[in-house]
Amino acid sequence: MTLDQLRQDDHATVVAVDSRGGDRRRLMDLGLLPGTKIRVHMKSPLGDPTAYLVRGSVVALRRSQARHIRIEAHDAQEPT
Amino acid sequence: MTSSAELPQAPAHGACASCAVYNAANLKKLGIKPGNYDYVVAVAGNPNTGKSTVFNALTGLRQHVGNWPGKTVSRAEGGFRYHDHGYKLVDLPGTYSLLSTSNDEDIARDFLLFGQPDVTVVVADATRLERNLNLVLQVLEITERVVVALNLMDEAERHGIDIDVRHLARELGVPVVPMAARKGDGIPALLEAIEQVAQDGATAKRHRVAQRHPRIERAVRDLARQLERAFPGLPNTRWIALRLLEGDPGTERAVRDGTLSDLSRAWSARKTAPTNLAGTLE
Repeated sequence: MTLDQLRQDDHATVVAVDSRGGDRRRLMDLGLLPGTKIRVHMKSPLGDPTAYLVRGSVVALRRSQARHIRIEAHDAQEPT
Repeated sequence: MTSSAELPQAPAHGACASCAVYNAANLKKLGIKPGNYDYVVAVAGNPNTGKSTVFNALTGLRQHVGNWPGKTVSRAEGGFRYHDHGYKLVDLPGTYSLLSTSNDEDIARDFLLFGQPDVTVVVADATRLERNLNLVLQVLEITERVVVALNLMDEAERHGIDIDVRHLARELGVPVVPMAARKGDGIPALLEAIEQVAQDGATAKRHRVAQRHPRIERAVRDLARQLERAFPGLPNTRWIALRLLEGDPGTERAVRDGTLSDLSRAWSARKTAPTNLAGTLE
């Protein structure tokens, strides 16, 4: 499953960042590393972009970026 | 140690020289005219961590541009005197990383690599410490002469975040000063930490990212040696070697066309962040 498919209120863990070069670097600099807990913070009306909560910060990503981030989703109840 | 001073300044315990009030009285803010300086201090950090607030608190400057667009960097230099030593302060653009590809980030990185400041103050946001530590660790790869200014402690406290500053300092191997720069909290301790690092130089036990494979280690060493031969006097050859192994195109270009040596010469001669930077690594 990739990050763009994550629904509001669901929690997930990053499994891999599949983008390349500068894009990948940037995402990792913003704290998106394998093992990072992530969840949806806010969605724009069309869902693109979407703001995610990562390590206490809000990071907004386009769908084209989120699509390259592989995740494992958990139930909303599970504590992060 | 001064680095682990508690946030509400401890009252004087008789020993005048270690008292916060005494130390603050030794600060002379010199605004934008540092005059003769003994040490160069760089201020780095993620965007919006209060770098400029710290900068202003030390230099007495008030007007200062808070953001850097594109290619130009507003001149952000100032100075102060503390205990009979002159310090020149260089405020660098906010950056999440020294490895990324935006222009402001190149400027911060090039200054740290080639400008070789005597002390680098990394301002970190205590409310988002985890993300901020990324830059701290990257800076520690380049220089051990680092002071971490753990800013926005007041806000962290409001959010119920409790940080074990002493432990953090021990893990990083450099002084960590808790601050609330907006209120002026922690400035005396920061001054003391800057002075200590400027005068005593490297602390022996800084943290370095360790899990490097022996084959990578060998490749880095070989490349670094070749770089030293090709560019005599070039600082931080190991760091540059790692970028080459990564296949970083900007670094590759700078090595191939020889601009690497110009860069290092230009920066070390000036020890200053120029207003219009034409050639960066990128």
